[in-house]
Amino acid sequence: MPEFFTLNVNGVDREVQDAWLGESLLYVLRERLGLVAAKGACEQGECGSCSVEVGGELVCSCLVLAASAVGQPVRTVEGLAEPAAPTDVQQAFVDAGAVQCGFCTPGLVMASHHLLDTNPEPTEMEIREALSGNICRCTGYGRIIEAVQQVAVSRGASGG
Amino acid sequence: MADTLTITGNRHGTLGTSPRRPDGVAKVQGSFEFSSDLGGDGVLWGATLRSPHPHARIVSIDVGPAWRIDGVAAVITADDVPGHPTYGLIEDDQPVFATDVVNYVGQPIAAVAADHPETARRALAAIAVDYEVLNPLIDAEAALAAGSVFRHQRIVYGEPDAAAAMPGVVAVEATYEIGMQDQAFLGLEAALAVPDSGGGGVELYVATQWLHEDRKQIAACLGLAEEQVRLVLGGVGGAFGAREDISLQVHCCLLALRLGRPVKMHYSRHESFLGHVHRHPANIWMKHWATPDGDIVRIDARFVLDGGAYASTSEAVLLNAITHTQGPYRCPSAVVDGYAVRTNHLPCGAMRGFGVVQACYAHESQMDLLAEALGIDPVELRLRNAIRTGDELIHGQVMDSVAPVERCIRETVALPFPDEPVGGHDGDPLRLPGGAGRTADTQHVYRGIGYGVSMKNLMYSEGFDDYSTARVRLADGVAAVKFATAEVGQGFVMLAQQIARTVLGVDEVVLDRIDTDVGSAGSTSASRQTWMSGGAVEAACRAVRERLFEHVGAAHGIDPLRLAIDGTDIVDLGVDTPGELRISVVEATAGLVFDETLEYHHRPTERLDHNGQGNCHTAWAFVAHRAVVDVDPDLGLVKVVQVATAQDVGVALNPLSVVGQIEGGIAQGLGLAVMEEIVQIDGRIRNASFTDYLLPTMLDMPPVVASIVEEYEPQAPLGAKGVGEPPCISVTPAIAAAIRDAVRQAGRDPSTLNRVPVRPTDIVACPHG
Repeated sequence: MPEFFTLNVNGVDREVQDAWLGESLLYVLRERLGLVAAKGACEQGECGSCSVEVGGELVCSCLVLAASAVGQPVRTVEGLAEPAAPTDVQQAFVDAGAVQCGFCTPGLVMASHHLLDTNPEPTEMEIREALSGNICRCTGYGRIIEAVQQVAVSRGASGG
Repeated sequence: MADTLTITGNRHGTLGTSPRRPDGVAKVQGSFEFSSDLGGDGVLWGATLRSPHPHARIVSIDVGPAWRIDGVAAVITADDVPGHPTYGLIEDDQPVFATDVVNYVGQPIAAVAADHPETARRALAAIAVDYEVLNPLIDAEAALAAGSVFRHQRIVYGEPDAAAAMPGVVAVEATYEIGMQDQAFLGLEAALAVPDSGGGGVELYVATQWLHEDRKQIAACLGLAEEQVRLVLGGVGGAFGAREDISLQVHCCLLALRLGRPVKMHYSRHESFLGHVHRHPANIWMKHWATPDGDIVRIDARFVLDGGAYASTSEAVLLNAITHTQGPYRCPSAVVDGYAVRTNHLPCGAMRGFGVVQACYAHESQMDLLAEALGIDPVELRLRNAIRTGDELIHGQVMDSVAPVERCIRETVALPFPDEPVGGHDGDPLRLPGGAGRTADTQHVYRGIGYGVSMKNLMYSEGFDDYSTARVRLADGVAAVKFATAEVGQGFVMLAQQIARTVLGVDEVVLDRIDTDVGSAGSTSASRQTWMSGGAVEAACRAVRERLFEHVGAAHGIDPLRLAIDGTDIVDLGVDTPGELRISVVEATAGLVFDETLEYHHRPTERLDHNGQGNCHTAWAFVAHRAVVDVDPDLGLVKVVQVATAQDVGVALNPLSVVGQIEGGIAQGLGLAVMEEIVQIDGRIRNASFTDYLLPTMLDMPPVVASIVEEYEPQAPLGAKGVGEPPCISVTPAIAAAIRDAVRQAGRDPSTLNRVPVRPTDIVACPHG
């Protein structure tokens, strides 16, 4: 067995050294690769705080073994935009008041991007359904829905 | 003149506007450092061994097997605590590690440090503890009978006997039950302890609500002077009361000091349920007497709050509960007995609403009962009895806050109802109770409406001086603000900037690190930081501004009392010389430094006497809620369709943040109404996970229509009341009342629906006819 495996994270091949094969993708991202944007909050795939994309699919990284992501592109919040140059979704979260403590926010940003990439004009109910796997304890969700709707409108207006 | 707070046109970023929060971009980009994100190479993982029994005698602890595991660096027990063996917020009754006895499932017994969390887990499993299992005390009434009581407080007020004997009075009574709720913040308990290189002290990065109180308790347990323990606020992923008590702080510091190496500890979600206090479960009996016209003349009540195994804040929670028996209604006489008891359940303490949530569910349910008995509309009954400024409360204190209760009720009632019928226009099953499982059928779903109104005390009570400190430094047109106020998500970091921009007329406001290098800010709880830390920042800014005016006045030969800030300029407001001087703050402070540190204290309060009388509270805020729910009474399923609310906020210093608090609080109140409850059976928690402890998701949370009631509060330093707790209080009884209304429309009797959360079986059990 090799003593490392390679993950392609945000377009960069990263060697994962000395990992126990039982380590989750979340643990490896955070503790071995120093990518701490994805958060652990339930360890059961219930809260969505650890949401990342693996092979274009939105997953709870706490439920994915890191070694099983070998060979598939992994995208995390760190890969969405350059520092201080937030995406439209990220900026809308800030502007709409969708951020309070912010612990659920990276996961919700990933889920919102995934939603809008696959359904550019979601109805309010479609937003609620798509993001219902992401628990936020601070906001009561109203401003988050508002943020996603703002992005959908502005992308539509710009032909995006 | 110098005392005038000029808010010219609400310049963006000042008070009354909703600027972007300074940590916003970092939070959406994932670069904001939460306490669980701290670490680095060579940092060891700490972990805690906990009791599996609600009550047992510890016969022996053998840590030897843990030491023999590769990668284990330290194993510590009570024998390794160099200082005070216990801690606690009001009473230091909680052992750092259990010694001879354990009193609840989850009580810490030992801690380890290891190179990997998995190694730490195996080390914990290897520690051999021999227990002699004892019978747990898990019934609150039995605890009361056994004298296992944290606090008993009685309130006797007015002439209750005369009131009950009035001709034609109508009386209603019932017993209510409130389940144990968890704060369920998303960011789990986490800390990083870094020992000083000389071994003399420690620096702790921790997610907490109250840095200085933590430091006091930690230092005592470590046997160190407070100056040797420095606390830095690690990014906090929500709090809601659960970070007011010590959890992992002492353990983490002990391990780091023992090893001379940095140690981090992260709780799992399961451990978090065991590792912090919860909302007190309560059993409340209430009896209301009213005249035939609907004037309340007497209220009797008996509260039993289960405080669990250790004291935490039980005595203060009890005070809040019993002094809010009447809710936001006038009441000329009352007899109340309140008990907070000690059992072998999980310890209970602070959670958003702090005792008032429990009282409010009972008094609002009573108002509906009373309305029904009197044949009066429930809204009319509430309006008729609504408290006003100047009314005396049942603990003898005069309501001297602005009290727009009637306005809150009227504005709530006037808000629009949802325009969608049951099931919606599109037939989407997600709109029905039970959701996409297609278990409910539109034909069997009934829509109900319910109301709730509440009063909540702000700040600490009963003689506690929970002051706050701020330091403001103005140099070269830039204000630097330092405070120890725990930013837990509420946005104080934004508010502090708004205050400084407004008072000092600068646009650039830099926030210093939040740590113990400045005086205490008190706790981020009790809806108090806008008032208290906002007051401290404002006071420090005003002190700096006075110095600035003195300097500018001397330089231009103007009496400093004539100077004021207009936008970003200093102007002369002299009667004879208006506008003669106008100089920008940036220009006026070039090359200069003004530096002031101030404390803000609220007015003194006092403890209740033996009859429960005394000026124990500082101030109050009010709110009304209306809930619309759809219920399938055969399946016991509930869908909350809409919540309308009008909340008394004083003034909205940051309107977007106010809305955020309102919506977020309502979500937590909805959780308590229909889904959230820690289930303990025989003293053991059975649902310590997010799979089994259900939290409202985006599909559970309805749209909120809100009206912000602004009436300047003269006693508040900025005219603003705290807005954090009120939203979560009366929404719970409003939803419960709406469920009763729907059940009644289905031809069933809802009078047994006297507990929250309302469970499906509770609804199904309501008898027909």
